[in-house]
Amino acid sequence: MKVSDLSSSELMAQLSGTGLQLLTGQFQIGIRSQIPALGRTLALLYGDYSIGNEQGFTDFHVQLRYPMGLRRWWRKQVVFEFDSALPFKPLPAAQAFPMFEWGLNWCVSSYANLYLIIHAAVVEKNGFAAILPAPPGSGKSTLCAALVTRGWRLLSDELTLIRTTDGHVVPLPRPISLKNASIDIVKAYAPQAVLSPKVYDTVKGTIAHMKAPATSVARAHECAKPGWIIFPRYAVDAATSLLPISPAHGLMRLADNAFNYSALGLTGFETVADIADTCPIYDFTYSVIDEAIATFDRLAEEVAQRDIRPI
Amino acid sequence: MRPLLILQALHKPLSMLAFSLPEWDLLIRQARRGNLLARLQSLLAQAGILEQVPCQPRQHLEWARVTADRHAQAVRTEVSRIQQALPGQPVILLKGAAYVMAGLPAGAGRVFSDIDILVPKTQLLDTESGLLAHGWMASQHDAYDQRYYRQWMHELPPLQHMLRETTIDVHHAILPQTMAIHPDSQLLRDSAVALAGYPKLMVLAPVDMVLHSAAHLFYEGELFNGLRDLADLDALLRDFSAVPAFWEQLVKRAHVLELTRCLYYALRYTRLLLCTPVPEQVLTIASQARPPALISATMDALYCRALLPDHASCIDWATPVARWCLYVRANWLRMPPLLLARHLFHKAFISQRH
Repeated sequence: MKVSDLSSSELMAQLSGTGLQLLTGQFQIGIRSQIPALGRTLALLYGDYSIGNEQGFTDFHVQLRYPMGLRRWWRKQVVFEFDSALPFKPLPAAQAFPMFEWGLNWCVSSYANLYLIIHAAVVEKNGFAAILPAPPGSGKSTLCAALVTRGWRLLSDELTLIRTTDGHVVPLPRPISLKNASIDIVKAYAPQAVLSPKVYDTVKGTIAHMKAPATSVARAHECAKPGWIIFPRYAVDAATSLLPISPAHGLMRLADNAFNYSALGLTGFETVADIADTCPIYDFTYSVIDEAIATFDRLAEEVAQRDIRPI
Repeated sequence: MRPLLILQALHKPLSMLAFSLPEWDLLIRQARRGNLLARLQSLLAQAGILEQVPCQPRQHLEWARVTADRHAQAVRTEVSRIQQALPGQPVILLKGAAYVMAGLPAGAGRVFSDIDILVPKTQLLDTESGLLAHGWMASQHDAYDQRYYRQWMHELPPLQHMLRETTIDVHHAILPQTMAIHPDSQLLRDSAVALAGYPKLMVLAPVDMVLHSAAHLFYEGELFNGLRDLADLDALLRDFSAVPAFWEQLVKRAHVLELTRCLYYALRYTRLLLCTPVPEQVLTIASQARPPALISATMDALYCRALLPDHASCIDWATPVARWCLYVRANWLRMPPLLLARHLFHKAFISQRH
């Protein structure tokens, strides 16, 4: 059964009752909330996800609720509760959905230590994954959103999970977080894309989330081999350029972008080193999205012609 | 009432095999909230039954294992750095760092926020300057906090390493100087035992280790890791039972160190919550330090709540009250009333403004 099989009142009843059991990639998330706007955005963006077994095992139980006291009513706020703790300060109530997404990213990146977790978007074609690590503002999510509307499979927009046992990328396809100008860029580029209503004045500016393609969600259990590490950078009017960088530099930059590189100790180093050894690593600058996609497609073609096998 | 899953799991690891998936779900949450996930993992591994745990909860235990291993490794690194910074003097490790370095079961799956060491009061300033010269810095504390620590407490203000961001607490005693009881640090240092393989490192003698752990838990105001600390005590007691004459020495030592009340609480609540085996005669002697009936009944009601993880499934309406009462009690015992009033006044009205 999928989330879209529930009517909006059934969905709200689950959310405000024992919780909606959402299956995203490897994880079962239990979400409780009585906030109607959160329910609406979940229905819009998570319709294609399966509902997990309530009598099973939930990896992360989270609750989005109004705080106790005055801020429940006056200038309403929302808090993110995980295992009866509040790891974050409250946010304005309108930011309930972004807070859910950020909180969930935090749960995964703080606990799932059998993965090396890189702050990177990751997309797949022909069995190989392009890992796009980048600081905020580099156009990583815009590029990721554009790629998945042009035939690339979304593995994740924020958290690249590399399984430390075999070095494969484990998908965690969830909505893509778009910020500020990139919201309208993506709307114009892919009018068919489903976007959540804009949320204004967050710490990251204006935010909207784009629904993950249904095919990516359906294939969330198919892992991929890392194929390329590409550090993207959007620069106004820049010519498209793809410059190889050395494995040693790539390794350090990859490690810098990993949430738990240090927490994994030697395993962290070995996992990063293996990727840096086996994948070509590039600095990629772009300003025209179509050219960027053509570059990625060319890489995917080349690998299809090379005689290496995906998983 | 059914015993709480986390308590059952800690004292009877084998019983976890009978847990259903929803029970595992709840147990993992209780353990995560109590900072006990990696402890559960090591109990299961020692019992040889980790492989029989269903894969979803096992995954969470293994994630915690990775973190705990990294913490243990960081403690070893940190201890060797501390030794380099303090070449001239032996260092006595306290609490978690001691458990890990001494390879005790209480150190298995433990996570750390800082490292505690004990040095003679006369060497406090030398120790501090040695650490400052090797990259540790005074953390953000105003003049009042500095005075609070240096004049009234049993430790220096925490020092943090500027690159590794690790924290070290340098103690010269195990309880604040302003308390009515004063366990003699000289006695603790004299009985400290050398760590095999580390010429300059020492840990407290088994009885002192237990008493320090008890003093820390039962005079501490905020029980963030109450059950974890109680599980440490349980692990120490079970482990040291095998040391010849441990129990007799423990009771005698509690007398000498003025910690008989504390020992009573330690034995009472490890037994009550974790079924720690304690010989009858030891209990009888320890019970002589029991507070009057009304107070002990109150303490039972308070500690049996406040020692549990702060998870919705482990608390009731009275838990916040219990935590608050124990917080007030700890502060009451920490300082004489006038000094306490002055301290609270300063914290509430003067420190707040900065």
